[in-house]
Amino acid sequence: MRRALRVLPAAILLLALIGMWELYVDLKGPTFSLILPPPHQVVKALYTDRSLLWHSFLVTAQEVLLGILVATVFGCLLAIAIHFSPTLRRATYPLIVASQAVPVAVFAPVLAFWLGFGILPKLVVVAVVSFFSIVVTTTAGLAAVDPDLLKLMRTFDASRVRTFRHVEMPSALPGVFTGAKIAVAVSVIGAVFAEYTGSNSGLGYVILVSEPQLLAARAVAAVVILSLFAIALFALLALAERLVLPWAYRPREESPAWR
Amino acid sequence: MVEAPPEEPRELKTADAVRVELASRTFQTKRGPVQALAGMSLRVSAREVVAVVGPSGCGKTTLLELICGLQAPDAGTVEAGPTALMPQRDLLLPWLSAIDNAGLALRARGASRLEARKAAAPWLERFGLEQFERTRPAELSGGMRQRVSFLRTLLAGKPVLALDEPFAALDAITRQEMQGWLAHVLASEPRTVVLVTHDVEEAVMLGDRVVVMSPRPGHTVAEIEIALARPRRRTDAALVELRERALAALGVDT
Repeated sequence: MRRALRVLPAAILLLALIGMWELYVDLKGPTFSLILPPPHQVVKALYTDRSLLWHSFLVTAQEVLLGILVATVFGCLLAIAIHFSPTLRRATYPLIVASQAVPVAVFAPVLAFWLGFGILPKLVVVAVVSFFSIVVTTTAGLAAVDPDLLKLMRTFDASRVRTFRHVEMPSALPGVFTGAKIAVAVSVIGAVFAEYTGSNSGLGYVILVSEPQLLAARAVAAVVILSLFAIALFALLALAERLVLPWAYRPREESPAWR
Repeated sequence: MVEAPPEEPRELKTADAVRVELASRTFQTKRGPVQALAGMSLRVSAREVVAVVGPSGCGKTTLLELICGLQAPDAGTVEAGPTALMPQRDLLLPWLSAIDNAGLALRARGASRLEARKAAAPWLERFGLEQFERTRPAELSGGMRQRVSFLRTLLAGKPVLALDEPFAALDAITRQEMQGWLAHVLASEPRTVVLVTHDVEEAVMLGDRVVVMSPRPGHTVAEIEIALARPRRRTDAALVELRERALAALGVDT
């Protein structure tokens, strides 16, 4: 009941926006609906094109999930390397930041040229756009370890590697999840643009071919699925974090009564 | 980044477990140099409990870091046997259970999780924490956390224990309990202890000797022998008198 009340504001706002959207398109007339379809047409497209949308969704979801996974693996490795080498940090940080400024549309064709039209270039695009946030948050997590803890480990004669293994790495894990959660939204956009450039499947491809066929409702239906996917993925990561790192997730009010 | 411990001579040529001789230490800060210690001297014999009291910011923590070999003095000498530090805050790792936190020093030296647990388990029982073996620090009370933190220091297996205001963060009642508990533990597990505190009563309750430090830059201004049998009572007239002497040495009117 409490939970239902918590989602109520979001539900009301969403319904109001959809209502305004419907009203706006109706007032603009039928020609405008070819550019921006009214919500009821989108819902209809979600139903009539469900098979196409479902199969396209599977393709894009795979690209996004694998892409984030690749980005997480390489992001963590680079963050660790940067943590151990300030020189490497100074050398790579500008490049990592610059890689975020390059529009996907520019380098996606190059990737298609190198890697073909399969899943591989899409993985690379998704990984490149997700990489940044994961590297930054993981590096921050590694650097944020209490210096007194490092001193303590020194009095225990811990080697650099063991200090990393027992103290620094565990404290950086919440940062990895934060980075992955931030990466979710950009990775979905990345996958769509990668599909724009060279593919014959995926929701991005659906959007690309629907627009010129005046099937705007289908394109928007694809966008709706992408948005829902992003929300689901974000929630899934948050849930995974709670399960894997329960110690990092403690609501403040939840302190034991016997204390 | 952790730099290697300073390689100054730390072997002991005397019977003392800790010997600090006219040690000085100055830190460079953004607002200019700050001298933490100036000509600080301290000797601790094996199995002696020395309580160091001094006003806030008098360089007590610096003194302990010198003894632990985490810093080197700018002038003077510091010699100490292998020393384990119990930091001011408990600094327990939030992702580890009580037993794994207690065994951290063993894991730091390469023991497996299982070996570390085996070594820690009997101690947790002795310290009355056996029910909380698998409990993470966030769910332990302040007193329990300090006991786990002390156990972690003890299990480092070093002859000298450097305790940095171990009970300062606790409420008054728990602090008194923990002082009694520590006295009890040290009676059955004698160690060389340097106990830094700003609580004079804690110092006279626990120490064989109380060393009073001046305000920063810190150095010894008085040494008071506490030749009282244990367990000690806070209200014991002799203890109260020694407490007054220590307070007087600190320049506190009573």
